[in-house]
Amino acid sequence: MEARAYIGAPIRRVEDRRFVTGRGRYTDDIVLPGMLYAWIVRSPHAHARIRAIRTEKARQHPGVVAVFTGKDMLDDGVGSLPTGWQIGPDMKEPPHYALAVDKVRYVGDGVAVVIAETKAAARDAAELVEVDYEELPAVVDAAEALKEGAPLVHDEAPGNLCYVWELGDREATDRALATAHHVTKLEFVNQRLIPNAIEPRSAIGHYDPGRDELTLYTSSQNPHLIRLLLSAFVLKIPEHKVRVISPDVGGGFGSKIFHYPEEVICAWSSRKLGRPVKWTAVRSESFVSDAHGRDHITTAEMGFDRDGRIVGLRVRTIANLGAYLSTFAPGVPTWLYGTLLAGQYKTPHIHVEVKGVFTNTTPVDAYRGAGRPEATYVVERLVDLAAHEMGLDPAELRRRNFIQPDEFPYQTPVVLQYDSGNYEGALNKALEMADYWKLREEQKRAREQGRLIGIGLSCYIEACGLAPSKVAGAIGVRAGLYESAAIRVLPTGKVQVFTGTHSHGQGHETTFAQIVAHELGIPLEDVEVIHGDTAEIPFGMGTYGSRSLATGGSAIYRALEKVKAKARKIAAHKLEVAEEDLEFRNGQFIVKGTDRAISFGDIALTAYVPHDYPEGLEPGLEENAFYDPANFTFPFGAHLSVVEVDPETGRVKLLRYVAVDDVGRIINPMIVEGQIHGGVAQGVGQALLEGAIYDRSSGQLLTGSLLDYALPRADDLPSFEVGHQETPCPHNPLGAKGAGEAGTIAATACVVNAVVDALYHLGVRDIRMPLTPERVWRAMRGLPTDGHAS
Amino acid sequence: MRHTIQVTVNGQTHRVEVEPRLLLVELIRDVLGLTGTHVGCDTSQCGACTVHVNGEAVKSCTMFAVQADGCEITTVEGLATDEQLHPLQEGFWQEHGLQCGFCTPGIIMAAADLLKRNPDPSEEEIRRALEGNFCRCTGYHNIVRAIRYAAARMRGEAVVPRGEAAPTGAS
Repeated sequence: MEARAYIGAPIRRVEDRRFVTGRGRYTDDIVLPGMLYAWIVRSPHAHARIRAIRTEKARQHPGVVAVFTGKDMLDDGVGSLPTGWQIGPDMKEPPHYALAVDKVRYVGDGVAVVIAETKAAARDAAELVEVDYEELPAVVDAAEALKEGAPLVHDEAPGNLCYVWELGDREATDRALATAHHVTKLEFVNQRLIPNAIEPRSAIGHYDPGRDELTLYTSSQNPHLIRLLLSAFVLKIPEHKVRVISPDVGGGFGSKIFHYPEEVICAWSSRKLGRPVKWTAVRSESFVSDAHGRDHITTAEMGFDRDGRIVGLRVRTIANLGAYLSTFAPGVPTWLYGTLLAGQYKTPHIHVEVKGVFTNTTPVDAYRGAGRPEATYVVERLVDLAAHEMGLDPAELRRRNFIQPDEFPYQTPVVLQYDSGNYEGALNKALEMADYWKLREEQKRAREQGRLIGIGLSCYIEACGLAPSKVAGAIGVRAGLYESAAIRVLPTGKVQVFTGTHSHGQGHETTFAQIVAHELGIPLEDVEVIHGDTAEIPFGMGTYGSRSLATGGSAIYRALEKVKAKARKIAAHKLEVAEEDLEFRNGQFIVKGTDRAISFGDIALTAYVPHDYPEGLEPGLEENAFYDPANFTFPFGAHLSVVEVDPETGRVKLLRYVAVDDVGRIINPMIVEGQIHGGVAQGVGQALLEGAIYDRSSGQLLTGSLLDYALPRADDLPSFEVGHQETPCPHNPLGAKGAGEAGTIAATACVVNAVVDALYHLGVRDIRMPLTPERVWRAMRGLPTDGHAS
Repeated sequence: MRHTIQVTVNGQTHRVEVEPRLLLVELIRDVLGLTGTHVGCDTSQCGACTVHVNGEAVKSCTMFAVQADGCEITTVEGLATDEQLHPLQEGFWQEHGLQCGFCTPGIIMAAADLLKRNPDPSEEEIRRALEGNFCRCTGYHNIVRAIRYAAARMRGEAVVPRGEAAPTGAS
């Protein structure tokens, strides 16, 4: 019987039975005997000195077990939460304590924790904690923070400057732009976003004094890194005495990569009290305490020659890092941004300068796409606007500048060497799916009737599969970025797969099982994928940067090769032939040219009951692999959107969205499409709806709840039209590149380009995101659109 | 002051003593231990806590437990019968209508209410009916398909599933 070809099949997800029946197990669902509940007292001020904290009344409240402050933790030797990415030797890295010690630096900064027998008691008692604040002037805008005399967030960072980073050839770029035939210049604000995974973050510290072991349950994308940071840097306890478990996690989008204060608070206080301590955010707390995303102010200029060929790109960006450096924060607006500024185009000269700035706002870190949506926004807005200014079709201008399929590997002027691609192929497919020229005709006719239709394109590239560890080291990442896997074949031939990545919606339990079942020729239901528990899994690096399949899947593939190699030795012994006389097919080792065979299941049993066994071979069938990628992977694609703008109200309706993505070899097309859909929705959200707004004088987050922050709802979006192109990644064994972020990277520029396309004839060159009806309405009438609210 | 209330949840009757400020969702999750109903926000926007109270979809964070005294409540755990999945549960599974699964129980409960009122909703009607539920993972595309799948199944029509059943014992 032919074994089933699982790779490439739209297999229904194995994890879904528990989710559709309400049997998922998220951190907040876990109840441990004797568990206590923590409530964190947070600063209502953006910037203030803590004069005194009085906790007596709270301590006396019924049910309260303890109240701790930042000073208690500091006195106990608890360290600062480190950042994992260093940008240059001069980067300012002020301490970040789990609870503020001397000053609070943003609204939501923790100052004390109340721990009680019930959630309600903890919350009630938190009202009784009296904090005596001396309010200080605050600064929330990164450009303002750089000005002379701005309030100083950290004494360690004069002028609020964390670092200045640049990449590319400044002089050559200046020369190219000075002599360009045409220069398109734009000033952008890539607004601050709040990721809003629907599961609020949660953590449970559980200290077992008998074994002197600490278990931390946490809604994290990254359990091993959390264990390393928590044990070695913050609590300073032996790594092997800490276990981190990330059970089912309800979405992350980057916001659950990082090591958060609440993890430290629950872990430390559980050790202090000898009982489990749980904290779960309420949503308005998530708004101020989950790391935010984006927040760039950018000036960018792109120069073209007479034929519309790009001659140079100059970018100046001020990146708001918030009040403290989150785990990956310094690297996001630098290496994950500047290196992508070539996009899909032959741009001979690029120079980018980025200033990383502290402000009195929630820390900013990686949010879906992390630097790459920002880069794509810069490049794709400029190319699109340039086409309008030069009177060229936007698709045609892109075509003139694409890197061609025969030009790979392609070295960009900003470090990266692209390994493969067919950019024009993806664009042509998107244009064909959308029937582009017919759309342009319809647009013309609509305009004659007074209707405003716009068509937007976005051709993006991303660097995923983070990352070759050597490169990571060279760019300041304080970690390797390989991935781990272990394959444990059990005596009955069933297989357990342990992966260092973490699934919080991506369906690894299915995709990874498909790889294993396909390669071993066994039924999918014989494979179990296990992730999220540091006690079971070899040291891994977690899930972010669309890395899980390219790095984690490749590690699984390498471990499978080792399993198959050992299985072949056992098969050769049992069948009394040489190893090279065997072929592995359909879950069996077969003696070539005969019908003599031994099944994988029989080999597994033999490995564990080695009565008749090869001389010198170890019993058992279990292999580990660590996979360190040779390069980044480079997914790319072309997206097209069609919008209609209401001339009376400025409301934008997204009529169509076409996405063609090349994410390399696809293991499960249904899951890949789902990733694209979700990514596009978040990108559209940034373009049209979402934006965090801080009040400039008080530093209060005005968009601090789901009432005030507009997430996309079902009726804000159309159904999406998704197409694929498949150019396998040439340097990993699966040929996979990653699909998690593609939609978000492409969609924001795609939709804004469509709206500007609809309005360009009215003199609109740009509108600040999100493109709310008011902003669009004002833009159509030549009024300023960079106001605060709206 | 505490109140004694009686609620029937998924066919099982409970008499419990509760504080007046206890929310229905807290009763369901923290007192009765039915953790399939989730809490995603504190402003009644996200819909993750949607359950049925006397047959109608209700965000269980908008009701106090004492207001549910004497009510029949169904949560996502009560939807399947004898391990036979409800057509909506099957639809979400077949059409990849979920990713992280956190919003899923609430959306399934909201959709069940919709299909009771409208057995053959259009895409637009489904999207409008989901106004009170956030999903951050799927972009809603496959949720719409999952609900249409379930609607067709409940009308007794043949459906072609998108997903291939891999493991045995599915649905």
